Amino acid sequence: MPGPVQSIERAAAILRVLASGRLGLVEVANSLGLAKATTHGILRTLQGVGFVEQDRATGKYQLGAALLHLGSSYLDANELRSRAINWADSLAARSGEAVHIGRILGTEVLIVHHVFRPDDTLQALEIGALLPAHASALGKVLLAFDAGAAEATLAAPLISFTRRTIVSARAMTRELTQVRERGWASETGEMVVDQASVAAPIRGHGGLVVGAIGVTGPAERIGDDLHGSSRAALVALVRDVARAVSRDLGGSRG
Amino acid sequence: MSERYVMAIDQGTTSSRAILFDHNGRLVALAQREHRQFFPRPGWVEHDAAEIWHNVCRAITQAMAQAGISPGQVASLGIANQRETTVLWDRATGQPVGHAVVWQDTRTDELVRELGGSVGPDRFREACGLPLATYFAGPRIRWLLDGTPGLRERAERGEVLFGTMETWLIWNLTGGVPEGLHVTDVTNASRTMLMNIATLAWDPALCSAIGVPTSMLPEIRPSSRVFGHARVMLPGVAIGAALGDQQAALFGQTCFDPGEAKCTYGTGSFLVLNTGAELARSTHGLLSTVGYQIEDEPVVYALEGSIAVTGSLVQWFRDGLGLIQTAPEIETLARTVEDNGGCYIVPAFSGLFAPHWHSEARGIIVGLTSFITKGHLARAVLEATAWQTREVVDAMNADSGVALATLKVDGGMTADHLLMQLVADVLDVPVVRPMMAETVSLGAAYAAGLAVGFWSDLDELRRKWHRASQWLPTMNPGRRATEYDNWQRAVERTFGWIRSPAPGSEHLR
Repeated sequence: MPGPVQSIERAAAILRVLASGRLGLVEVANSLGLAKATTHGILRTLQGVGFVEQDRATGKYQLGAALLHLGSSYLDANELRSRAINWADSLAARSGEAVHIGRILGTEVLIVHHVFRPDDTLQALEIGALLPAHASALGKVLLAFDAGAAEATLAAPLISFTRRTIVSARAMTRELTQVRERGWASETGEMVVDQASVAAPIRGHGGLVVGAIGVTGPAERIGDDLHGSSRAALVALVRDVARAVSRDLGGSRG
Repeated sequence: MSERYVMAIDQGTTSSRAILFDHNGRLVALAQREHRQFFPRPGWVEHDAAEIWHNVCRAITQAMAQAGISPGQVASLGIANQRETTVLWDRATGQPVGHAVVWQDTRTDELVRELGGSVGPDRFREACGLPLATYFAGPRIRWLLDGTPGLRERAERGEVLFGTMETWLIWNLTGGVPEGLHVTDVTNASRTMLMNIATLAWDPALCSAIGVPTSMLPEIRPSSRVFGHARVMLPGVAIGAALGDQQAALFGQTCFDPGEAKCTYGTGSFLVLNTGAELARSTHGLLSTVGYQIEDEPVVYALEGSIAVTGSLVQWFRDGLGLIQTAPEIETLARTVEDNGGCYIVPAFSGLFAPHWHSEARGIIVGLTSFITKGHLARAVLEATAWQTREVVDAMNADSGVALATLKVDGGMTADHLLMQLVADVLDVPVVRPMMAETVSLGAAYAAGLAVGFWSDLDELRRKWHRASQWLPTMNPGRRATEYDNWQRAVERTFGWIRSPAPGSEHLR
């Protein structure tokens, strides 16, 4: 078994030191007996994730606001929409399908962004709507990377929407494992007959999944039963866009 | 043959961006760099033009690297720029003379009052289509020439050049010292108060009345036509278009027919209505301006309603008050309450633009009670943008005689779902956002691509417009009327705040 990671121990010590108030770089380094360069590197990293803030005028460091809000959501939902809007448009334009961005809310998916299918037909804006997590591609992605939400979802009976909805906890657990392994999720007719969706995770700093982005449309255009290169191309497109949003948010892994 | 792209440079108020579009008008790469804002005195706003040029270079390099393409694959380059921001530079050294004076800057308020004389703000309206206001570039040039000893003489000798940002960028892109192209486009020129809105040429009478030597002015060109070719950054690439950012957005929204209008929500917000080949004159506080000109075709005119402070109110809420960490959080905070709690914010930070044009007005927060929380203030911030839009739409409806049926929107603030719903609610018309929210860049790209035959005609561009979102009005008419009345009463309370100085006391201000 690997031992403790030294840099994390040092980061924790720095946070404890800063809990006593605002300090300069040298003061932090001296109180821990660390080299200035090492201390600076750790402070900059902690600053990058919002756990430490630097006062612009004095250059001193203090605990960051993100530490105080560790229990609440890591990325504001409206900020996620704002940061993803161009990529979501691009996904809709390239796929020709409607695009949704969702995040987990209890055992459901909250739609935080929606781009219409680009055919100029009448469509209603679905921002603020809730989807069942186990019957949507967005939901499967979000459950696959959120053990707490997955446990809560599987603790209650899974509601059946169509004949194809996955209602067995064991089958859903297998499905989520597969989603984690391949890095994307899909459903075909599991929420609405003849409708399908494909989704991939949006990651923030350190790889934390902060949402999911996906396309929804008729099963014959994007469902599991679709064979050949067009389906593969669609999946690649969704994953590319999810990676592009992740890159902008500071989470490089796809 | 490898695929070809069009690059747009969007030189905005807070940042410079380079965006690559493919033949389908889809965004392929985007790089952005913010520049510093200087506030040396209340009401003064400046930029460092050298920093902006440097940022544009870095954004170009970054976008090219993101897309992994070579300059040979860039068919054309288009520029959309913050308008009216005034740069003076030394022709021999290429160095800016001091900081650029930004469109929001109000240092010329005394000067524009003097220029109006006994006639008032409309003294030059017939000739240039604009009222005298601190907003426009011409009086800014005069102010700069007056303020630095010897500068006017050097400008008269052609040693000091004037440009808005597109002029500065094209001059640098085409090599700068000694032979960079000194050109502007007709939309940017229409914002100086120095161009005759009917003849589309620098007007000697306007220049002499405002006090700007014509020797320092760039040559006026159509918006969409090859200006020249870049010699640095993207060597050999055609510079196919330049437009003011709001005109670029009109183009990007494909508002090519008279009667079509768009509103771009950014730092400020700008409603622009295509009025076709006819120059429309406003009697309700709107500006007559040039929409665009393609090659040697007749220009397309436009009516514009400019709102100075919308997105910048959110920035102030974030940076000035520190009540939110990021701009989009304004929506989260505003959703913590049901309504504004009776509180209204009128952000007349640099006076009020359309349709009021009160440069002496200053911002207020009214209706404060102990009940008001930061959530109510956040809501009042968003509502301020919605109501300011309503005032401009009312003016446009009155001027054109036709009620707006739908509002096409774009810009960064369209990511704010609550704001877009509020706009639909207070206007009582559907609000639609196109699939490509970056219409400023897209418009610059479209105009640049058109100039080199990358796209064939306006119809081809029009077919690329698709609806991405639509917000429908849901507000109860009684509530709309009451709230509008409250808003208008709040606006009236901002008027007349800054008093004209007593004679001889200028230095005390």
